[in-house]
Amino acid sequence: MSKSELTRLTLKSAVDGLKSKQFSSAELTDAFISAIETANPALNAYVATTFDLARDRAKASDARLAKGEGGRLEGAPLGIKDLYCTKGVRTTACSGILENFVPTYESTVTQNLWDDGAVMLGKLNMDEFAMGSSNETSKWGAVVNPYIAKTHGNEDLSSLVDSIRVANKLHGRGEFDKRGFEESKAGFLTPGGSSGGSAAAVAADLCLAATASDTGGSIRQPAAFTGTVGIKPTYGRCSRYGMVAFASSLDQAGPITKTVEDSALMLQSMCSHDVKDSTSLNVPVPDFSAYLGKSVKGLRVGIPDEYRLDGIPAEIDALWEQGIAWLKDAGAEIVRISLPHTKYALPCYYIIAPAEASSNLARYDGMRYGHRTQQGQSLTDIYELSRSEGFGKEVKRRIMIGTYVLSAGFYDAYYVKALKVRRRIAEDFTNAWNSCDVVLTPATPSAAFALGDTQKAADPVAMYLNDVFTVTTNLAGLPGMAVPAGLDQSGLPLGLQVIGKPLDEGSVLMVGHVLEQAAGFTAKPEKWW
Amino acid sequence: MAIDVATVKKVASLSRLREGDERLQALAGELNGILGWIEQLNEVDVEGVQPMTTAVELPTPLRDDVVTDGGKVADIVANAPKSVDGFFIVPKVVE
Repeated sequence: MSKSELTRLTLKSAVDGLKSKQFSSAELTDAFISAIETANPALNAYVATTFDLARDRAKASDARLAKGEGGRLEGAPLGIKDLYCTKGVRTTACSGILENFVPTYESTVTQNLWDDGAVMLGKLNMDEFAMGSSNETSKWGAVVNPYIAKTHGNEDLSSLVDSIRVANKLHGRGEFDKRGFEESKAGFLTPGGSSGGSAAAVAADLCLAATASDTGGSIRQPAAFTGTVGIKPTYGRCSRYGMVAFASSLDQAGPITKTVEDSALMLQSMCSHDVKDSTSLNVPVPDFSAYLGKSVKGLRVGIPDEYRLDGIPAEIDALWEQGIAWLKDAGAEIVRISLPHTKYALPCYYIIAPAEASSNLARYDGMRYGHRTQQGQSLTDIYELSRSEGFGKEVKRRIMIGTYVLSAGFYDAYYVKALKVRRRIAEDFTNAWNSCDVVLTPATPSAAFALGDTQKAADPVAMYLNDVFTVTTNLAGLPGMAVPAGLDQSGLPLGLQVIGKPLDEGSVLMVGHVLEQAAGFTAKPEKWW
Repeated sequence: MAIDVATVKKVASLSRLREGDERLQALAGELNGILGWIEQLNEVDVEGVQPMTTAVELPTPLRDDVVTDGGKVADIVANAPKSVDGFFIVPKVVE
């Protein structure tokens, strides 16, 4: 098999090919290393590569495979979001405050993957502390979506590609020329965020699959923007131990993959009960792959009225109708449902998530780890300057919102109120489960938008609206998955979202698989990098 | 309630962040925009609703009160900006 044939494999077919010795993990790993070396200067998906480690692990995997041994993911090269602590490998959450942080321990989710034989290629770019919807808040620069809009005049693409390579290189070195960078990004799109590196790497065949994380839509929105599959399981399914914390009651790990089958495979390894995370669920992990290919005959699929929003592109509504038709054809029963508090989910989230973030990020004080300022004399000086130098603009904004809503006099009016509204939102779903088994919605209110979108940059609320369809499941703790279902007029991917009952990832995967089969989504970005 | 620059300055100080005057001015506008948008939560009737603090209601898990980990001084100070002999070196706080 050629290198490009190897990198195009799905995780499942690669694992099968390794087991049947059609190719070795060393060959597969080398193919990905070449692909990353070519693509990364343009796409900026990886913020650190661990190629020596990858070659060593691949060799060890080949030795196990030769003896007929090996785990579920033996020899499979993966990318890891820079949010997961990896022992001995720099982990920054793409923040300046963790610029030189090298964990002395491994996150439970990544340890589970290594225990199953997976190989790490490197750490993937993301919005700083997972706060963002476009990957533009990363300390290491934006990720570029492998997809390019067809309507954009591509006449000058080669010079654009050169300039983005230069801009990414400068940015990576900290020589950041903002204006030059903005200009060079003209014509390129965001892969979404916060797991933008994970989504771009999977879409561009720079890893077989990737870990990601989702606090308000950070797995599902980038998956939808890049024609990939992303699932956020039930809150508590995956351990949060060793994941850099953003909003602890909402953060949940999950994979971004090429297919629904691959998501089932990744999830199987990532989920576990862990005594190191007190919110980790002590429940059996079912065989997720067993749900694939099962019939949805008689399954009740809820279609929420409140997800029909004004100003949503007609193509997205049409895709939703198409999804409904596919499931109806497959024998599912379509049920109209109401989730009356949907419109309050985003404002509710933008109290709870910043409040938890302001508390979580108080740990970055420049004393025990992370950036410490070179200026200042007093203790307060050093706290304030270390934090102000280390954190980016969006992170500081959210810390301040969080501090404000938790401060004396506003705590009840904002924070406690939001916690009560959160229960109303969760109850909406509990009521809906009386009449349906899963919910089908669009994944995002638009296709991928331009990097450097000035309207979204100027108005934080406009950027926050990206998560309008995804954030409800974080508040309610439910599993949700984005599945690519079609392309818009500009040739950009659009996704549908399937939401399930607590702990019922099985039905989500089952319905996602039916949609995937019906859509026959085979689009790949044209290789311009 | 509109946030003025003085309030932003106070919130920045509570957050242990130091921002220049120009940025404080801009932040007042941004925070007002976000908080204005959040005001719509007042439309929701939450009479008698218990605050929801966690997605999954579970009793706090307990374990036996025994030592299960430790002896990792070198690991703990490995990322310290300054350390000597297994101690963190911090600025002088007592005159």
